[in-house]
Amino acid sequence: MKAIVAVKRVVDYNVKVRPKSDGSAVELTNVKMSINPFCEIAVEEAVRLKEKGVVNEIVAVSVGSTQSQEQIRTALALGADRGILVQTEDELEPLAVAKCLEKICNKEEPDLVLLGKQAIDGDNNQTGQMLAALMEVGQATFASEISFTDDAVTVTREVDGGLQTIKLKMPAVITSDLRLNEPRYASLPNIMKAKKKPIDVIDVNEIGVNVDKRVQTIEVQLPPEREAGIKVENVSELVDKLRNEAKVI
Amino acid sequence: MKILILAEHDNQDINPLTLNSVTAAKELDGEITMLVSGHNCKVAASQASEISGVSKVLVCDSPAYDKAMAENTAKLLSQLAKDYDYIIATSTTSSKNIMPRLAAHIDVQAISDISGIVDHDTFMRPIYAGNVIAKVKSIDAKKVITVRSTAFDAAPNAGGSAEVEEMSVSQELGLSSFVSEEVVKSDRPELTAAGIVISGGRGMGSGENFSLLDGIADKLGAAIGASRAAVDAGFVPNDMQVGQTGKIVAPELYIAVGISGAIQHLAGMKDSKVIAAINKDDEAPIFSVSDYGLVGDLFSVLPEFEEAI
Repeated sequence: MKAIVAVKRVVDYNVKVRPKSDGSAVELTNVKMSINPFCEIAVEEAVRLKEKGVVNEIVAVSVGSTQSQEQIRTALALGADRGILVQTEDELEPLAVAKCLEKICNKEEPDLVLLGKQAIDGDNNQTGQMLAALMEVGQATFASEISFTDDAVTVTREVDGGLQTIKLKMPAVITSDLRLNEPRYASLPNIMKAKKKPIDVIDVNEIGVNVDKRVQTIEVQLPPEREAGIKVENVSELVDKLRNEAKVI
Repeated sequence: MKILILAEHDNQDINPLTLNSVTAAKELDGEITMLVSGHNCKVAASQASEISGVSKVLVCDSPAYDKAMAENTAKLLSQLAKDYDYIIATSTTSSKNIMPRLAAHIDVQAISDISGIVDHDTFMRPIYAGNVIAKVKSIDAKKVITVRSTAFDAAPNAGGSAEVEEMSVSQELGLSSFVSEEVVKSDRPELTAAGIVISGGRGMGSGENFSLLDGIADKLGAAIGASRAAVDAGFVPNDMQVGQTGKIVAPELYIAVGISGAIQHLAGMKDSKVIAAINKDDEAPIFSVSDYGLVGDLFSVLPEFEEAI
């Protein structure tokens, strides 16, 4: 079975981002970039499936700038076999990314496509669902457990109020939630090995999809600050304040 | 303007969060139709027809639409979409599953989780875990939108008298099938609907220690939540997570216990009316957004608090 895993280069999880001074966009100059954490979980899952013998080839695909090769290398160091970068210096929207991924999938014919449920920059939570629609295959978002039978995949999903288990025909698109697994750290030998694994670079203009922007960002701003209140000395003061001042209990 | 709202329901009751989408739709000033698709969902449809502001309810009752499976539901929506300018749903795990799929079917760049409406094509939405708010303008002819429930009030669920139209569409694509579900049974209110939420963080130390919150939640009629750190540490399941990647809540009172206040958590609760925090670290960022902060060891504070309320 062949798996494609999509990975996105995003601002590192620990960076506190700020708007640029002109409010046109988020300041990305000299900011640490990393693989999107949910994508990393998707890569880890693919690697575990390979270790179990379910998957025999993992292709890590990114749609992004030249520097996104670093995130593909991260996926290769975790255990992906080869990489594909659809290169563009523009920031593509989820629909455009899904269209690029669809083209790659048409060529690669994977049995399984794994993505993160959302990227922590745009917080859109769309690409996997859109890709599944374009490919006209089944989707399982927010996956916390994946298992395989002959020609189907059973996925447990984290939904509001509990868990839902569904079965999909293959090929299928699955997006990872937080508890699907805990990604490993790449070992130094694997990081070295990853440097030798191949990455194909394809220019977005050669892929034949319209990636024009449909949604323009007019401005970005900081959210309204919430004022800090007071510190209370003890439990009885807290209860008193909540009961008699805020009147919420 | 014609607006279609996808109702979330369990075939019996309309999910109260759907009412927040109705308020958002009213701001867009158009005629509101609500789609109730499901299996044996006529009771829910009749409830939908009573929502104030809804002028028409479309009912699509078929096994194909049971459990709101994304493939069939998105296809159904894509067939209805030609008659509408906006297709809207309240942001939940169900709508997040369906709406982007619909958007791709009709070649629209969806707009997720809007927190404000500027005009008919311009919206506010949080990005970067709520660290930044973006003002975005859609140039697509149709808009596919999910609405952040805490940013819009619930429309009254009575007083309306929408016309109910039954549709005989049923298309089973056969791509996916429902196997089972495990709904967490609880006498407590749902996190997103509760008037009071008490959440525990990494400071709780273990899943067992979350029981320290039970008695307080029972006394206050509160829902129990958790920070992502507590979920990551395996203390509690992910559906308890409050935060940008979990549930967004805005109760009357939010009590944060042993939660440091990572940005990603604050994004999920900072619109609460009153925030109280209990943390042993007096420098914890949670105190900078709290109305009332108590510096102390939660293991002694919590039993005392339970006793006092």
